[in-house]
Amino acid sequence: MTKPDIDVGALATLARLEVSEEERAKLEKEIPTILAFVETIQKANVSGAPQAAKLRNVMRADESPHESGVYTDKLLAQAPAREGNRVAVRQVISRKK
Amino acid sequence: MDLSTLTIAEARRALDAKAYSALDLTNAYLDAIAEKDGELHAYLEVWADSARKEAEAADAMIAAGKSQPLTGIPIAVKDNILIEGRIVSAASKILENYRASYDATVIEKLKAQGVVFLGRTNCDEFAMGGSTENSAYGPTKNPFDVARVPGGSSGGSAAAVAAGLALGALGSDTGGSVRQPASLCGILGLKPTYGAVSRSGLIAMGSSLDQIGPLARTAEDTKILFDAISGHDSRDSTSLPDLANTEIEKQKNRRVIGVPREFLKQGTDPDVLECFENTLRSLREKGYEIRDVHMPNLEYALAAYYIIMPAETSTNLARFDGIRYGLSVSAPTIREVYEKSRGTGFGPEVRRRILVGTFVLSAGYADAYYRKARAVRDLIRADFARAFESVDAIATPTSPVPAFRLGEKSDPVAMYAADIFTVPVNLAGVPALSVPSGTVERDGKELPVGFQLIATHGAEETLFAIGADVQKLSSIA
Repeated sequence: MTKPDIDVGALATLARLEVSEEERAKLEKEIPTILAFVETIQKANVSGAPQAAKLRNVMRADESPHESGVYTDKLLAQAPAREGNRVAVRQVISRKK
Repeated sequence: MDLSTLTIAEARRALDAKAYSALDLTNAYLDAIAEKDGELHAYLEVWADSARKEAEAADAMIAAGKSQPLTGIPIAVKDNILIEGRIVSAASKILENYRASYDATVIEKLKAQGVVFLGRTNCDEFAMGGSTENSAYGPTKNPFDVARVPGGSSGGSAAAVAAGLALGALGSDTGGSVRQPASLCGILGLKPTYGAVSRSGLIAMGSSLDQIGPLARTAEDTKILFDAISGHDSRDSTSLPDLANTEIEKQKNRRVIGVPREFLKQGTDPDVLECFENTLRSLREKGYEIRDVHMPNLEYALAAYYIIMPAETSTNLARFDGIRYGLSVSAPTIREVYEKSRGTGFGPEVRRRILVGTFVLSAGYADAYYRKARAVRDLIRADFARAFESVDAIATPTSPVPAFRLGEKSDPVAMYAADIFTVPVNLAGVPALSVPSGTVERDGKELPVGFQLIATHGAEETLFAIGADVQKLSSIA
C-alpha cells in the first residue's frame, strides 16, 4: 500500500498526549520506521483465514452488588483531588455567555 | 544454605525438616540483597520488615503442621502486580506514588500459602521493552555480566532469581517478557496458556496477550509456582474454567518435538543456533523424535504483534489521565490536565507505542493495519493447531541473541526484532517455557542461552516434563 501520511500532532491530540516540538520531530522519523517494520503483514494472504473462535458470555449476572460506599475511602485515597465523596475535576462543559 | 544453588523444592524440605527457619531463610535473602543489589538494581523496593513478619507467620504455620508448597518461600514480584497497600508503579513516573487498593488474585493465592514477599522488581515501563532500559528508575544489570541487560520486561525478576536474591519470582509476559529475561539470565520462565492464570490485579498492557508467569531455577520450581497461581477466577473475564484433564495430561508419553526450521535462521546468532541444535541432538539421543514442522505464517508474527500490541496498549493506557489516580499535572482545562499528566508521566517508549497504537486504530488505517493483523493472527493460531496434530511440543531458541550490552539496541525497531521467537506464542495463546540450555561467549564471558518449548493450550505439564529433561541434558553437556 502507499506510504501513509503520519501527522504526529494529530495522533497526539487523539491520544490526549502532550508531545514537545523536539520529540515530535523525532517521532516523525521513528513512527514511519516502525510502520515499515510491520509492512510485511500486507503480503499475508488472509482470504482463507479461519473464523475467530466461538464467543461465550463472560459477564457475571447483574446481581448482589457490594454494599454502597464500602470501598469509597480506599479508592478516593488515590485520587489527586477529592471533594467529599467525589473525585474533583476541572469543569468539562463551559457555559458561553 | 547456598543461595546460588538453592531451589524452592530443597528449601521446602529443609524448612519442613526444621533444618532452618523461614526467618533464617528470609534474613539470608535480605542480606544477599543488601550485598549485591546495589550493583544489579533488580529491586525497586525491598520490604524487609514485612518480609520478616511474613516469615515468622510462615514458621508458625510450619510448626502447626500446616505447611504448603510455598509456605515461608521468599519470592519477588514484578512491579506491575498489585499488593494491597503497597506502591506499584509499573516502573513509570505516572504511578510513582500509587498504592494498590486491593490484592491481585495471584497475590491472594500466594498469601494463603504463607509466601514471603521480598520486594517489587524492576521492569520496562508498563512492561514495554526487552531490556529493562525503559524503566523510569534506571536499568537492571545482568548477573552474568553487569555491562549487559538482563532482558525484559521482567528483567528485575529474572536477575533476582539468577543472582540468588529470591527463590522464585512472578513476571508478566505479553510478547516474551517472562521467557526472554529468563533466557538471558540462565533460569526458567513460563508463559502460561492464555486464561490459565488470573490477571485481576495485573496492570494491563495488551489484554489479548498478557499472562502472569513464574520465573525459577528448575522445572519443578516453575511448576510449583504455576500450580499455586493458576486456576479459574470470576474476577477475570478471560479466565479459563479449571481444566479437568490435568491428570491425563500428566500420564501422557511426550516424545515428539517439532522444529519450524525455515523460521529459525532469521537474524539468529550462529553460536546460539548451534547451541539449539546441540540440545536437539541430546534430546534425540535420549529417545525423543525430532521432526520438522511447516508453519508458513510465523514470518508475519512480529508484524502482527507490533500492530495488535500497540493498539491494545493505547486503549488500556487511556485510563491514566490524572483524574482518578496517579500523577496529575494541574492545568486550566480538563483537556490540558489529561495531556500534561500523560505527557509528563509516560516515558518515551510508552508514548511511542500509544501513538503507533492510535495510528493503527485510526479511521482510514484500521482496515489495513489492525484488522489485517487480527486476520493474520488467526492464520498463526491455525499454524500452531495444525502442528500440534503431529507433535507434542515445538522448539525454537527463546531469543536470537544472548544478553546484549546496555545501550546497544537504542533503535526501537532493533529491539522489537529480537522478539521474533516469543511473540507468536502470545498471538496463539499457547503456553511456552524457556529453559537454560548452554552458553555462548561474548567479550570473554559465558552468557546463557534459552531453549523455548511450546505446547498446545492447557499442556503446561508437557513443558515441565520435557523442560526437566532439557535442563538435565544441558547440565551434563
